[in-house]
Amino acid sequence: MSHSFQTKVQARSAAEKEPSTQPDFIQVRDFNFYYDGHKQVLFDLNLDIPKQKVTAFIGPSGCGKSTLLRNINRMNDLIDGIRHEGDITIDGHSIFDPLLEVISLRKRIGMVFQKSNPFPKSIYENIVYSLRVAGRNRKAELDEVVERSLRGAALWEEVKDRLQESAFGLSGGQMQRLCIARAIANRPEILLMDEPCSALDPIATGKVENLIHELKKEFTIVIVTHNMQQAARVSDRTAFFYLGKLIEYDETEKIFMNPGNPQTEAYVSGRFG
Amino acid sequence: MSSTQPFEKNVRPAGEVWVWITGVGLAIGLFMICFLLAVIAWNGLNFFWPKPLAEISLTEDGRSDFRGERTVPGVIIQRRTLTAENLSPSDADLLDLARDNRDFMREMMIFTGNRDLFATNNFAFLNMGEITSVEFPRELIRIERTEWGDAIGRPLELRFADGRVLGADDPAFVSTLRDQVDEVRDRRREIIRIERRQMGRINALINREELEIRYLRSLAEPSDAQRRELEDRLVRVAELREELGPLTAASRILRDQQNQVRLAFEVVGGHTQVQPLGDIINFYFPNKMSLFQRIGWFFWKVWEFLSEYPREANTEGGIFPALFGTFVMTVLMSLAVTPFGVLAAVYLREYAKQGPLVSAVRISINNLAGVPAIVFGVFGLGFFIHEVGAVIDQVFYPRMVAINTPVFGTGGILWASLTLALMTVPVVIVATEEALAAVSRGVREGSLACGASKWQTIQRLVLPAASPGILTGLILAMARGAGEVAPLLLVGVMALAPSLPIDSMFPFVHLDRKFMHLGFHIYIVALHSPDTEATKPLVFASTLVLILMVIVLNLAAILIRNHLRRKLESAAF
Repeated sequence: MSHSFQTKVQARSAAEKEPSTQPDFIQVRDFNFYYDGHKQVLFDLNLDIPKQKVTAFIGPSGCGKSTLLRNINRMNDLIDGIRHEGDITIDGHSIFDPLLEVISLRKRIGMVFQKSNPFPKSIYENIVYSLRVAGRNRKAELDEVVERSLRGAALWEEVKDRLQESAFGLSGGQMQRLCIARAIANRPEILLMDEPCSALDPIATGKVENLIHELKKEFTIVIVTHNMQQAARVSDRTAFFYLGKLIEYDETEKIFMNPGNPQTEAYVSGRFG
Repeated sequence: MSSTQPFEKNVRPAGEVWVWITGVGLAIGLFMICFLLAVIAWNGLNFFWPKPLAEISLTEDGRSDFRGERTVPGVIIQRRTLTAENLSPSDADLLDLARDNRDFMREMMIFTGNRDLFATNNFAFLNMGEITSVEFPRELIRIERTEWGDAIGRPLELRFADGRVLGADDPAFVSTLRDQVDEVRDRRREIIRIERRQMGRINALINREELEIRYLRSLAEPSDAQRRELEDRLVRVAELREELGPLTAASRILRDQQNQVRLAFEVVGGHTQVQPLGDIINFYFPNKMSLFQRIGWFFWKVWEFLSEYPREANTEGGIFPALFGTFVMTVLMSLAVTPFGVLAAVYLREYAKQGPLVSAVRISINNLAGVPAIVFGVFGLGFFIHEVGAVIDQVFYPRMVAINTPVFGTGGILWASLTLALMTVPVVIVATEEALAAVSRGVREGSLACGASKWQTIQRLVLPAASPGILTGLILAMARGAGEVAPLLLVGVMALAPSLPIDSMFPFVHLDRKFMHLGFHIYIVALHSPDTEATKPLVFASTLVLILMVIVLNLAAILIRNHLRRKLESAAF
């Protein structure tokens, strides 16, 4: 899993760093982030995210948890006027390396969005999109990936007979699981989930949560959620953000049972936010 | 009694007046559009309907164009009332006559035909006071001819070359006439095939050789190679001319056969005309026709109008070359405008950094859509023809430049299409930009998160999703481009083009050729024909075809767009 990013300094990086086995897979170091050049939204974040665990980001709206999540695969690059200080590394490699090909970064990080966003294509083509854009078009391989991904997203039994039909014909919960299947199709190492269940009913939410339990055997999952019970149910570690600052970050059990910070306690017990 | 204030009574609801005023505005607009379409459709379709032939008898001392004739044949076009103000001084006595009989103040306009006999302009005005009777005899025939327009009369007999005569009272007369006219028509087609296709091809080759010869002869001091080339080409022309010989002979034989049978008919009033069948295109007996025959005739005439070449300086016959020219030009324009407009819009919307410069560019594009069309025509003439065309000629046709016969350095369908493409490109850019902007951010982010590059995202998701909107832009561009005439005047449209822009001659698509265009055709027929009254129905019919053509082109684009939309929704691609 720990092949280096396909940067133009690939050879150098590989020579300097041994493949790491450290548990802190994603490291956020002294990270500050600004919109419009000066409006600071993240303040001095330091955070280590372990491998093959589920890490939840919680906090009231506007606390910066989504912004941090979207920095991990550099989705914020799309926005004009952003600026950052500090660094984020994955497996020891900086994602802000000026020579890094951002596409190769995103190939190794799947992402599931708050609002399910299937492409206007068939179910099959949705899943294989990430392979096709990488130039992998072999039918046998694609077929195998479709089945594996849909099984991985617990959707295979429901859609196996209509793979060539529009993705828009699925229900809301199925669409979101399709997006998850799409995100894991190319076997990424990290799966970013930005409030994946906020638009789903409780039954669909339950299915996605079960899925997260399954997926963490294979992927490092970072999930942003507004739902406290969900964070408690699915995550191993929880980070509580408030006004762009990391207030507390610990084992999920500790955050919810015995928080070290009064603000955290107020938030998880529902007294504000 | 309750102490609370009662609600105010609804005396005049606020805003009600505005509902009425806005509604009236819409109604007026709709009415004008429907009225416009109805007028054009009625007048245009009326042209094809077989109208009854009248035999109009006049008093002995009439004042009409037919003074001396007792009866006049014709199709009644309209009746109108004269007023004292617009009477000419010579007709002042009509006022006295009208005191006894109001009919003297009314006039009947008829189509007389028989232009060769009456030396009129096809139309005549008859004073209703002088008309003694109007009859519709069943045996009246209307003959469409290649020259002199239609003839109207009473058929007398068919005269064959061997002296045989078949009288009109013979039961086989009509069917024999029909057979003979069909035979003539087949032979005419054969003549056209020989003269236009086979001889035309050879003539075109001769023309090419002769241009080269003209160049070689114009050289003051030709080299040996050029002298030899000149001789070769002269030999080649002689060979080609020899090839023409048998074809000319063949067509002459056919032409001679054409006029062997003649039809004699009596034009009311007693004149007997003898018409060689070679000049007869078709004939019919409108007063004898049943309703179904009339309907059949109507559709036949419509088809003829669409598929035939014009005759007699565009005053008769069909509009096929104009229709075809408009179609080819619109298609070429679409081919040019779509990639250009879409690429520009993709850059503006997807790649350019939004800022004052991009805003300025966008405003300029919008303003470009408001520039008068003739300005684009002048630009096309100045840039495409005089600059680009001249350079192309200098590079590829230096000899033609030397003898002052420009190929691309003069108006042609390519330059006309590009000029119109330039005129309509803002429409496509604006529509495409809107369509691109409407593609959701979620889809774009999803694609990027899958490891797609920006171009892959645009190509695989954004453009397909935007394609219905892009097609809407193309529809608007076509609607504007197909009907535009002003710029074409400067860049290659012709009243009567000798050949079509696409034919069976290599290289099949002739982008340098001048062409005919429906819009221009309408203008020419309406204002520049020898008898504008006679061509009026033609103008309406052509206008109707132009409108229908724009509608058909748009409909095709709309169908494609809806198909794409369905495909997008069902996501089959």
